[in-house]
Amino acid sequence: MSDKITDWDPSTPILQIDNLSISFFTRMREIPAVMDFSCTVRAGEAMGLVGESGCGKSTVALAVMRDLGKNGRITGGRILFKGRDLTTMSDEELRHIRGSEIAMIYQEPMASLNPAMKIGAQLAEVPMIHEGMGRDAAWKLARQIVADVRLPDPDRILGSYPHQLSGGQQQRIVIAMALMSKPALLILDEPTTALDVTVEAGIVDLVKDLGEKYGTSMLFISHNLGLVMDVCDRICVMYSGEAVETGNVTEVFDKMRHPYTQALFRSIPLPGADKNSRPLISIPGNFPLPHERPPGCNFGPRCDYFEKGRCDAADIPMSAVPDSDRHGSRCLKWAEIDWTAPPAARVAKVKTPIGKVVLKMDDLKKYYSVSSGAFGGGSKKVVKANETLSFEAHEGETLAIVGESGCGKSTFAKVLMGLETATSGSIMLFDENVQSTPIQKRNTDTVSRVQMVFQNPFDTLNPSMNVGRQIIRALEIFKFGNSDQDRHNRMLELLDLVKLPRAFAERMPRQLSGGQKQRVGIARAFAGGAKVVVADEPVSALDVSVQAAVTDLLMDIQRENKTTLLFISHDLSIVRYLSDRVLVMYLGHVVETGTTDQVFAPPYHPYTEALLSAVPIADTHITRKRIVLEGDIPSALNPPPGCPFQTRCRWKSQVPGGLCDREMPPMRDIGGGHQIKCHLSAEILEKMEPVIKIAAE
Amino acid sequence: MFPFVLRRLGLMLLTAFVLTFAVFCLTNLQPNLEKLARSEGSVRMSDDAIASWIVNNGHGGPMLKRYGEWLGVVPGWVRTDDKGVTRGRCIVDGSDPAQAATYCGILQGNWGYSTFAKVPVTTVLGRSLGHTGWLMLAVMVVMVPTALLLGVLSGMREGTRLDRILSTLAIVTTATPEYVSGVIFVALFASATVGISPHLHDWGWITEKTLFQGTATSAMDDITWRNFTLPVMTIALYGIGYIARMTRASMTEVMTQQYIRTARLKGVSFRQVVMKHALRNALIAPFTVIMLQFPWLLNGVVIVETLFNYKGFGWTLVQAAGNNDINLLLACSVVAVFVVLVTQLISDVGYVFLNPRIRLA
Repeated sequence: MSDKITDWDPSTPILQIDNLSISFFTRMREIPAVMDFSCTVRAGEAMGLVGESGCGKSTVALAVMRDLGKNGRITGGRILFKGRDLTTMSDEELRHIRGSEIAMIYQEPMASLNPAMKIGAQLAEVPMIHEGMGRDAAWKLARQIVADVRLPDPDRILGSYPHQLSGGQQQRIVIAMALMSKPALLILDEPTTALDVTVEAGIVDLVKDLGEKYGTSMLFISHNLGLVMDVCDRICVMYSGEAVETGNVTEVFDKMRHPYTQALFRSIPLPGADKNSRPLISIPGNFPLPHERPPGCNFGPRCDYFEKGRCDAADIPMSAVPDSDRHGSRCLKWAEIDWTAPPAARVAKVKTPIGKVVLKMDDLKKYYSVSSGAFGGGSKKVVKANETLSFEAHEGETLAIVGESGCGKSTFAKVLMGLETATSGSIMLFDENVQSTPIQKRNTDTVSRVQMVFQNPFDTLNPSMNVGRQIIRALEIFKFGNSDQDRHNRMLELLDLVKLPRAFAERMPRQLSGGQKQRVGIARAFAGGAKVVVADEPVSALDVSVQAAVTDLLMDIQRENKTTLLFISHDLSIVRYLSDRVLVMYLGHVVETGTTDQVFAPPYHPYTEALLSAVPIADTHITRKRIVLEGDIPSALNPPPGCPFQTRCRWKSQVPGGLCDREMPPMRDIGGGHQIKCHLSAEILEKMEPVIKIAAE
Repeated sequence: MFPFVLRRLGLMLLTAFVLTFAVFCLTNLQPNLEKLARSEGSVRMSDDAIASWIVNNGHGGPMLKRYGEWLGVVPGWVRTDDKGVTRGRCIVDGSDPAQAATYCGILQGNWGYSTFAKVPVTTVLGRSLGHTGWLMLAVMVVMVPTALLLGVLSGMREGTRLDRILSTLAIVTTATPEYVSGVIFVALFASATVGISPHLHDWGWITEKTLFQGTATSAMDDITWRNFTLPVMTIALYGIGYIARMTRASMTEVMTQQYIRTARLKGVSFRQVVMKHALRNALIAPFTVIMLQFPWLLNGVVIVETLFNYKGFGWTLVQAAGNNDINLLLACSVVAVFVVLVTQLISDVGYVFLNPRIRLA
């Protein structure tokens, strides 16, 4: 008893979506989420669905699963899967297809696994439902698939609960679950967004290999163009509920025929972009709300090529690009636009001079002690969150601190801000030692000069206070000005500074978009004339087109105020784009530091090398060496002896005498202030090849 | 796990001391003792006589010392009166004072003598707890499964007609206090003149005058449908509504979780989604609530036992309070404290087993 559809001709598309329209119905109105969407996925093909949040890409995926919730309804078009229309299927028929023919992989692995059920039971359930397999056989299959997704010690994993696994392992389990019944179509909804880059690289490799091994077709949803280029054969770019461009990956990346695709590519930091000479170009304006879409072309109001009376006259159909591999564009003017012309708006900016040292950390350590027993008690253990952290930051400089989750970069920020005090070592801020002064005891002047921009703009603004009040509150705390009038005026200036209209002072945070909220966060941080700003992943929660605008804003303010920016990020593309110097951290240690050019070119620290190779780059001219790190980051509770990176290092065998296992490598200078914490000899470092190569055009 | 339970037990002991001391102080206030002297001695005693009665019967002296005596960590009082008769806390009337124990508090098993029932407190308490035990068991058996079923049924499809109906029902039952629902039940089912009983009798469906009995006194000897249904239903009804609401809230939340979507998109049938994936997760929150119901039940039985004249713990508590029976009142509070603390411990430990993510610290 199997649920598989057998009467299907493999030469026809496995998934064919024709003119699909989906709406959500609220009490007030019908909100169209997806309009006139068509796409075709052939057997063995991987289709990428790209777009910013709210563009409807996840809605399309859920429509294929026919799981749109209570208010969502398919209002037009059809979805053919293996020649059968999914939109007219009964619940019972759908149930047979879900999990057996079409499987889905989700964004947040932790949330998508049942916390109270063992992994094995969750996996074995799939063949037991669809193939009527016995319990023992199903567990055996589960064991085999768990080994297939390259998880160590499958037996232990089958018997554990989801919370006992790391994020990367959980995602592998979700993938294993999707593969249990060897589905014909796999839908991946941002499968790696919640994971670290090196873990992401492993997952992406796995998905690609399994796709080839089982011949599974894929619908890959992502906002990351580089990732789509890595995984997919074909791509479909969505904007505001419509597919705007579709075609094979190389054609769309190299010969895009829609202004939105072009704008999107211009707003992401590719190698070669530079904050001074070749700044990013953000897309002007905002994403239209679903019930406020403009007439005609949805992208019209933000488009450089917009022609009044023509682009906003009527709905625009998808038109095919001749002499291409099923390439189509939803633009009236695609044939008239000169696609090779350089962007007009690009203005080169002056590089800020780097001034004197404003922040100096010397041999900073931060340890936490935690108890290990399950019911409390037990022996005390020490987490070494930061070990021997030494560096200097100069006025007007952007220093990037790079590393994956758990490397200690946020702890460092907390110690600097005074939310925690250092275990040992010193922090010289201007001319003051602040390592053991908690923020409550710092004077107003110090507090206002060191400020932070937080990662998640959605949670860091008080939801019940209007924007102006929040900024004035910061000014009051910093004891700025003599009267309320002074502070009100300064608040309006700050809004100007972050390029928000002055009328926004009266708005509540919920009335702002993510990018606008982050601007308020920046205004608040600069309220007291901050000289050092710690930006903890300031743009990672924002959409690509908004990211560019917010980074540019930060850079502009830095230029004006000569601010020192400590940019904490895991995103190497943006780090290369905006930072002057880079600090790479791993397990609490700084493993490499130097200017951006030094760090991004060989010789590398082996960890930096792996990190660089893991970042997907959305450029077809670039070839990247694939280095996939095995395993997870070791726990800071129980760090490996010797070099912290030795458990995952591919160069370890090049160091004679097992030195890496025994001794912590010293920090050494390999020329021009470029420092590396590694045992590798100078000759071997010399021979390292660049990870990223730009092919000649 | 073991050190955790040990720690909790220690904490419980401390709580028990504090609570019993508070009750001891309140019941041993001067006016209370004077009242006791009048009821035990003579109503027409002079103020001086009352004062000496209090001292002579071991109720004088510092509060802490008396509490220690009651607990059994301080030697019991011994006093020889003018007639040369030696009396004391530990001396049974008529026995040799020399042979009596020095300590005789609750730690030695001496809970004192009930002035109201004229028997040792342990006898009264044992009997009444036995009665209440049966009542509580019946209530739990009816209440928990019904409430969970109602909660799960209304929570699994939020906003449907079934959900609305069950929710309204649950709100109505929780909003009705026992003394109201009890009276309504008696009128409806246990009256020979109003309610449904006369009709049922006329139609010949029941042989007795009433469907159920309005008093549960006979249930103390022999529990039957007729005498036990109404008290059980009165207590259970309130709890059903309450637990059902909790379960519904928990269930609706679980049903919106991503792992439920995962299960649905794996092709698991709705029935199995509810049974295998949602239920265990949804029961974690109501479990604590159910455990909290035990102490609350002790509360509920006060009203219901008095209403239905069922001589259990609640009835005894009311009588002890009404008749100024200090020892009995103290014993009741010890039992209550014990029940509350033990159920809390069970609830915390059980929570760990239900929820694999929780580690108690």
